[in-house]
Amino acid sequence: MSKRSNEPFLWMLFSAGGVVAAMLIPIHLFLFGVAFPLGWLDGPSYANLLALVSHPLARLYLFVLCALPLFHWAHRFRYTLYDGLQIKHLNELINTFCYGGAILGTVLAGWLLWRIP
Amino acid sequence: MPAPTEYLPKTFRPRVSTYWWLGRWPYLKFILRELSSVSVAWFVVMTLLQIRALKGGPTSYAKFQEWLRHPVLMVINVIAFFFVVFHAVTWFNLAPKAMAVRVREKRVPGLLIAAPNYVVWLAVSAGVAWLLLRG
Amino acid sequence: MAERITLEVTRYHPGRDQKPGSQTYEVPLRKDWVVLDALNYVKDKVDGSLSFRWSCRMGICGSCGMMVNGEPKLTCATFLTDYAPGPVRVEPLTNFPILRDLIIDMSDFLVKLAKSKPWLIRKEEKPLAEGEYLQTPDQLDTFKQFSMCINCLLCYAACPVYGLDPLFGGPAAIALAQRYNADSRDEGASERLDVLSQSDGIWGCTFVGECTEVCPKHVDPAGAIQQYKLTATMEWIKSLLMPRGGT
Repeated sequence: MSKRSNEPFLWMLFSAGGVVAAMLIPIHLFLFGVAFPLGWLDGPSYANLLALVSHPLARLYLFVLCALPLFHWAHRFRYTLYDGLQIKHLNELINTFCYGGAILGTVLAGWLLWRIP
Repeated sequence: MPAPTEYLPKTFRPRVSTYWWLGRWPYLKFILRELSSVSVAWFVVMTLLQIRALKGGPTSYAKFQEWLRHPVLMVINVIAFFFVVFHAVTWFNLAPKAMAVRVREKRVPGLLIAAPNYVVWLAVSAGVAWLLLRG
Repeated sequence: MAERITLEVTRYHPGRDQKPGSQTYEVPLRKDWVVLDALNYVKDKVDGSLSFRWSCRMGICGSCGMMVNGEPKLTCATFLTDYAPGPVRVEPLTNFPILRDLIIDMSDFLVKLAKSKPWLIRKEEKPLAEGEYLQTPDQLDTFKQFSMCINCLLCYAACPVYGLDPLFGGPAAIALAQRYNADSRDEGASERLDVLSQSDGIWGCTFVGECTEVCPKHVDPAGAIQQYKLTATMEWIKSLLMPRGGT
């Protein structure tokens, strides 16, 4: 049994992150990044939002919403750097930056969401 | 390639230009699709900042909302929004290619696999919007 | 319709030229002529030193692949009138070393194709007395599309990853591996995966999708590669859960 690459694992994370990002990020970004700041729609008040986010399921949802898309970015951006800038020879640096960044973001998300408020 | 001999001539290897992706429109579309991942990462950063602001209390959250209204942030978020929608559309349209789903020995047409994705997308977006807009 | 059209053809004489240049030829613009006809006209009547590959002139041998105005095409299937009034730029296929004029060196592809083991692999051959391997039309359907490949290399010219990553197997080689993996008579999927799943055999692919766009036989190599990624991932999960199970 020869050594098979562990790329499948990274590709799975990329795919899962891609699905989460595709399904959920557009509406979140539209509301919080565009509609609410522009005043097109009224967002939840501070108290309501805090209550919503404190719920354990909401915190789990937000964790997944942050963690998986980060790994989607890591994998995709890594290959964009390889092919777009042709710097594949720097692959150790690139991999550390991308996957390391994703892991860091995931840890940050977990730490922030561990307890609310 | 071994060294050139009389019968094995010296081949010419053109170097791939750094701007290969500007050469054809499909390549540019591909690179834009890949760069949409940066908008995805930006959204996560923004959300983490938002959660931190939320935990900091009403004043800290109000300051965060004020920050989001800054013209530069607005431009970033509008552009990022178009990119994440571009990601979603290209993702749903390409998903059928990876899954050669066969029902009763016949390959299911791509449209029948892409369409349910769009339905779920709509339903999930409506659900999130309802949760956040009901006050 | 104009009487003539101009061709701008890449010329490269190894050992004499430092790098490829271009030469223009004026050829008749006939309604039924393809680019290959124009090239043969040049070779017959204008410049016998022009070198290019061709054979069947009907889109089945895969020999005459070249870049026409920057797009990979079978020159036997590309009509001159589509490019009127011209000029028409004819160059050797991208991403391959140029041997001479419009002829490219495809040894890298042949090495990668061999790695895919594009033949039926059986653990044990059925004895002749037991007759042939039977296959239903639906079983044929699972891989028939991928078997239509004529090795014309247009997909390799279209694939930016192949040009950038020397380890990448390339669309046709992977599609042909999938063609055999999906064949009900084949038992070699695991053997192929051992080779292809290493390094960037298949993982370099970022689903640009241009390979499928340019394929003259509608093989859809991009689809084949994504299917293969999924298969490889399933196998990886299985090997994780059952380290000693399976073949």
